[in-house]
Amino acid sequence: MKKILIITFILSLMVSVSCDDEAFLSKQPNDLLNDEQVWKNRDLVILALGDLYNRFPDYQTVEEWREFANFDEAFASRDYGRHQNNDWGFGDWGYWDYSYIRALNSFIKRCGEATTLLEEDRQAFLAEARVLRAAVYFEEVKRMGGVPLILEPLTYDYSGDPTYLQFPRAKESDVYDFVIRELTDVQDKLVDPNVGGGRIYSRATKGLVLAMKARAALYAASIARYNATTPSVITAGGEVGIPAGMAQGYYETALAAAQELIGKGWYSLYQKNSDLRQNFADLFLDKSNNPEVIFVEDFKLKDKAHGFTTNNQPIDQTEEPGDSGWLNPTLNLVQSFEKLDNTFAPLEIGTPGNYVYYDNITDLYEDRDARLWGTVMLPGTQFKGRVVDIWAGYILEDNSIITSGALGGQATLPGRSAPEQVVGKNGPIDQVEKSAQTGYYIRKFLDPAIGSGQRGIGSAVWWVRYRYAEVLLNAAEAAFELGQPDVAAGYMNEVRRRAGFTIDLTPGDITFDRIVHERKVELAFEGHQLWDMKRWRLAHRVWDGQNVGLTTTPGKADASSTKPYGLWPYKVYDPGNANDGKWIFKVVVPGKATGVDRFRLRNYYSEINSDILSRNPKLVQNP
Amino acid sequence: MKTIRRYILLATTVGMLGACSYDNYDAPESKLEGNLVYQGTPLNLDPRNVYMELWEPGWAKKSKIDIHVDQNGRFSAVLFNGNYKLFIRRNSVPFMAPHNEQTNSDTILVEVRGNKKMDIDVTPYYLIRNASITNSGKTVDATFGIEKIITDANQKDVERVTLYINKVNLVSADTKIGEASLNGGDIADPNAISLTTQIPEMTPAQPYVYARVGVKLAGVDYLIYSPIQKIDF
Repeated sequence: MKKILIITFILSLMVSVSCDDEAFLSKQPNDLLNDEQVWKNRDLVILALGDLYNRFPDYQTVEEWREFANFDEAFASRDYGRHQNNDWGFGDWGYWDYSYIRALNSFIKRCGEATTLLEEDRQAFLAEARVLRAAVYFEEVKRMGGVPLILEPLTYDYSGDPTYLQFPRAKESDVYDFVIRELTDVQDKLVDPNVGGGRIYSRATKGLVLAMKARAALYAASIARYNATTPSVITAGGEVGIPAGMAQGYYETALAAAQELIGKGWYSLYQKNSDLRQNFADLFLDKSNNPEVIFVEDFKLKDKAHGFTTNNQPIDQTEEPGDSGWLNPTLNLVQSFEKLDNTFAPLEIGTPGNYVYYDNITDLYEDRDARLWGTVMLPGTQFKGRVVDIWAGYILEDNSIITSGALGGQATLPGRSAPEQVVGKNGPIDQVEKSAQTGYYIRKFLDPAIGSGQRGIGSAVWWVRYRYAEVLLNAAEAAFELGQPDVAAGYMNEVRRRAGFTIDLTPGDITFDRIVHERKVELAFEGHQLWDMKRWRLAHRVWDGQNVGLTTTPGKADASSTKPYGLWPYKVYDPGNANDGKWIFKVVVPGKATGVDRFRLRNYYSEINSDILSRNPKLVQNP
Repeated sequence: MKTIRRYILLATTVGMLGACSYDNYDAPESKLEGNLVYQGTPLNLDPRNVYMELWEPGWAKKSKIDIHVDQNGRFSAVLFNGNYKLFIRRNSVPFMAPHNEQTNSDTILVEVRGNKKMDIDVTPYYLIRNASITNSGKTVDATFGIEKIITDANQKDVERVTLYINKVNLVSADTKIGEASLNGGDIADPNAISLTTQIPEMTPAQPYVYARVGVKLAGVDYLIYSPIQKIDF
């Protein structure tokens, strides 16, 4: 009884003193900042802006390297499923990020009202956020076609009727127009890229605005021009499809924007290293005073590093035994790099039984574009000061092969007594994960710094979103389409000289195929391929679902390329014969690459998923 | 022990009596089946990729039911009773649904009340006529004609014609072990086209293959085919 009394007393005491509702419920959170607090303080605004930069959309990047294996640039040495499907899903690479757009709109609205900030800061922040918003709408229209253009933060009033929040899709051309107009508008409010002696790479500058404008206008122009080849990819309301008559105007905008940027003289092609092959690899690694790079997602060790090098380094010198060798560039890409005499040809390997013999393993590529060496890690070249050991085995005089099923494995050659290494330490061995199953590893963006291959450290190589060479190629393409092949040739040659070409292209040499090809090799593994193939309406012709073998005309824009191919080097073992110790090469298809890529017409614009359609009945589905 | 048992018994009884039958729907049991036909003849289509969309209006969420059409033009679906709208997306399939008077569009109204058989009339862009596939040893020869059915503004051009062979009786651009093609521009006489291919080695070996020819149209993803034939060699 006594106990009960005591308990009751304690309980009533607790209840009576426990709540002061007024004070408790109106307590300010001490782990969150509200809008008013943020907009009083410049540093906090920069933090908010940093978050917006962080959400910038990309498809293939050094963090999303897996996506590079979706098409024909690379074979995934570990994720074979990517090469066993024939089709891409209709919703693939879809993008519908209105929460990001809302955050941007709300930032822009608040920033407009933030009178406590310095006027100069306020204008700069506002302009940066508007560039980001333009970039997001560019990304939306690239992937989905026209989307609702929402430029105000929308708020639901809980009335039960959301119809006032439902907007129809804008025309595809309207979204491109908005992007171009918005970029033109904010250009003067942004800083020069080399303000204050340093260089700005990871924030919006006048340089980025011009580069983005050129790219957006060029995309719109080529859709207007080439959509005629896919007449069914169109909606009645213009949400998808731009009338052919608008092509001219967009090409002019693209050329003007690119030329304005070129004329400013802020940027130039990266040419610090006289070894052009190494120079092209350095271009992506050099973060100090890089004159070519315009806009990046930057990384910093300890704070924000990525695993591109960890996952793609050669397996024999991996710093992280579980990861490596993920991306294997394909022969499809490798053979696309031109010979230095400006001609296209498959690699000269002869035919089975009648091989072409090479003294050194790298001789096969000696007469090719320097960019090949900077993009792809060729067998026998160096990485981190060590030779990249890729060769598939010995070939004997009767064309029989001696090899091993283990990386760097050993066997005894005829006439020898001791076993010796008969296959490269990186393979290639078919279906051995992380080996160079196509005979190649990737070099572009691969970090040679010690420790970059460890999960715990990672790489701080930046992801280049815009760079000057692309601006030159954009200008060249726009000029070509406007019937100015001499102007186009000038820009093309500038890019090509840096790649080691000594013979300039003449205006008569510039063709559509040339333009397509130049972008393919210059911008490989930089996240351009899919969007380029889409806007030229080439995707369904190149990835056409036909298994017709590796093309023999690598310079042809619409040559079918539906499977990843590889090229394996073999060492000749034929003592006493002149060819002993030389190298021959064989074309292979990785055994796990069973699919044949087919890009369907509905893939040109990603399907809007039914959830989004249910929420907003004013939206129309893509064709 | 006895108490525990009693509690368990009680809990089970309460649980069973109290459990609800509210959110358990009956399974759908009305079967809709039929063929895609042109002038009464089913079309020969891609075995994997041809779908029709079935929508039931009136619900809060919109979500389609995909109905697969097999390589002989046959489809079937088990549905709840209701009034549906059936719609065939134009761009990927080698035929068009004709104008429907009721909806004034190419959407077809489908009322499902119990099992239902219905054939859907569609118009193919092209048809393959008089296909004959023969073999001498391991060489397969096909001769056939193609007839253009749609000749108005919606007409399509032939990109290529292809002979496909496969181990099993699913034969298409996706599922094949051998093929031979002729580009649309190289067709001299559309009424007499011939294609030849070799039967490749098969593991395990088998003394027969299946074959058919297809027409690929520019701007259409999937082909229209001739009937499948078995070839013994």
